[in-house]
Amino acid sequence: MNKKNVRFVQGNEACALAAMYAGLDFYAGYPITPSTEIAEILAERLPAKGKKFIQMEDEIASMCAIIGASLTGHKVMTATSGPGFSLMQEALGYAIMAEIPCVIVNVQRGGPSTGNPTHVSQGDVNQARWGTHGDHAIVALTASNHQDVFNMTVEAFNIAETYRTPVILLFDEVVGHLREKLVVPEPGELHLVERLHTSKREGVNYHPYLPREDGRLPMSDFGGVHRYNVTGLYHDMWGFPTDKPELVEDLMRHLVRKIDYAATSLTHHKAFFMEDARTVLISYGSSARSALALVERMCLRGQRIGLLELQTIWPFPEQLVRDYTKDAEVIAVVEMNMGQLVQAVRLAVKKPQRVYLINRIDNRLITDKDIRQTLRAIQGKGV
Amino acid sequence: MAKKKLKQHVINRNWCKGCGICVSVCPKKVLELDELDKALAARPEACITCKLCEKICPDLAIIVETEEVDEEAKPHE
Amino acid sequence: MSVHDFIRERFFPHMWCAGCGHGTILNGLIRAVDELGIRKRNLVMVTGIGCSARISGYVDFHSLHTIHGRALAFATGVKLSRPELHVIVPMGDGDGLSIGGNHFIHAARRNINLTALIMNNRTYGMTGGQFSPLSGLGIKASTAPYDNIDNSFDVVELAKAAGATFVARTTTFHVNQLSDLIKAAIQHKGFSVVEIFTQCPTYFGRKNKLGDAPQMLQTFKERTVPVGSPKKQEDPSLIERGIFVNIERPEYCDEYQKLLERTQEA
Repeated sequence: MNKKNVRFVQGNEACALAAMYAGLDFYAGYPITPSTEIAEILAERLPAKGKKFIQMEDEIASMCAIIGASLTGHKVMTATSGPGFSLMQEALGYAIMAEIPCVIVNVQRGGPSTGNPTHVSQGDVNQARWGTHGDHAIVALTASNHQDVFNMTVEAFNIAETYRTPVILLFDEVVGHLREKLVVPEPGELHLVERLHTSKREGVNYHPYLPREDGRLPMSDFGGVHRYNVTGLYHDMWGFPTDKPELVEDLMRHLVRKIDYAATSLTHHKAFFMEDARTVLISYGSSARSALALVERMCLRGQRIGLLELQTIWPFPEQLVRDYTKDAEVIAVVEMNMGQLVQAVRLAVKKPQRVYLINRIDNRLITDKDIRQTLRAIQGKGV
Repeated sequence: MAKKKLKQHVINRNWCKGCGICVSVCPKKVLELDELDKALAARPEACITCKLCEKICPDLAIIVETEEVDEEAKPHE
Repeated sequence: MSVHDFIRERFFPHMWCAGCGHGTILNGLIRAVDELGIRKRNLVMVTGIGCSARISGYVDFHSLHTIHGRALAFATGVKLSRPELHVIVPMGDGDGLSIGGNHFIHAARRNINLTALIMNNRTYGMTGGQFSPLSGLGIKASTAPYDNIDNSFDVVELAKAAGATFVARTTTFHVNQLSDLIKAAIQHKGFSVVEIFTQCPTYFGRKNKLGDAPQMLQTFKERTVPVGSPKKQEDPSLIERGIFVNIERPEYCDEYQKLLERTQEA
């Protein structure tokens, strides 16, 4: 390990550094707590690499601008928090429909509405899944420490390029603002997926929405030799609007299946002490840090408890969760909301009656003690 | 000196929606709508090739084709 | 080249109503682009939602048909990431000035080199003739059945105040001026705005008893005068056409390039 690669950074800085590592060419954003550091760091560093940074008039414009820039062949990102994420939803749906690679970071804070800008929450889990209108699939990744923030950010760009899709990085205020060690990987150490360009030459019919045999859709940059149409309307393989029932249905299925069928390869997770766990904690983001602290302590005392940290929450890794919980007597989802991911866990496991929620909703970080207290109540041990 | 002279009005009847704008703006009353409400060059001999109809047609259905004639030469029959 | 080299003929006849002025704007735009001799691969058209927005499907450029009101924001991303491309952004009056009003003033303030065309038919045609922020007092619309009490913007004044460096106005009757102004707007370095009065005989015309398309065009002819015309002094209700602003001011992409050069040196 090269010593100069060791940093002491905020999670937001880890995200910004990772985005640049992944080849971020264009960032558009609007200031909002607690994500603003991402914009500040990129405002300084992107121009130094000859890349583009623009502060737009609002989050709607930011999301739209990165879609426009992605179409010219660039890797793009925006970062925001709850209220800004709400404003981005319509354009997020556009990126899903038009199959535009892009990365959206949401550093979650307390909500709804203005909520609690400087404090933590994980209340946007379901908004990440269903925030934009219409049926659709989505990819949302999380991370609980800065090394993982780095890795998941790079992975978000890779997924966006591979599947021509927006990818949401769902961090939270604690992860974003906490300072801890980060080892920045050497160039080449992490695999990077680059934009897949069509090999079709000028004059040869190019179909921007016709998948190859492997399912990938090669792109052609705006400004390149192929002139095609991009629209949020249902469209044919040339990108032109259509309302033909069979084409509408085909596109809907394609948009959902390209993500759902890839769920296994999209799934990232970490399993701690899960080999013979009878009590399984499931968590993500900063609450997974507290869950891990508790699990480590209880395992030292010989208790059969494990932690499944989900780094991919959408598409929900049903099979993974089912497999890991098949022998569990208690399954407890630890999250800082009124119970969002717990719903998906209940749908996935064999015995939903064994699934409990351990939460904290006062916009303060849930602690290992909080978790232990609720767990004791669940297990009938008293508090 | 070369001068532009009308060759023909090419009117795309499939595109024409019969709005009558061309008829109304033509300074020489060259155009009419036919019984199917499609633009028709009824008096092409009066056309001064100003191309107003071509430029204003919202259906992009009119092309005023011209040819260059030498002023010295006799107009062809 | 002819007009037909710039359009996607397979989608014609287009979807606009008989007599709709939007086709005339398409016609003038193509003539402008043809006369400028810009290669099609260097042209990007970005549109929002509405009747106006469908124009991007008909041109054989790179075309980006986006969401309601946000065309300029998408266009900003295209332009800043590839400044060498010509980016033309036709918008409707509701699209560009109501839901998209914020993006309009900020694109103007930024003076980013985009060509914004406001296709002003004073109504929301796609949804059936509701009043827009350019309809004006006293007009009738499906959502103003008792006459509109909602004030309108003056696009020219708004664009000037927001910092646009090229601002012009014309109508679909004045077809030579139409293509000339679009040409000048594309050539202008900076944010350029051309407001084009365009007739919607189906909704605005019918609801306000303005007659058919030829009659609405006649009104454009009679109610507008060239900028600086003495007639305007006699009758202040006349609306001026022509170029209102044509100035040089640092352009955003140029300034960004300079910023890059400064940071590379440092």
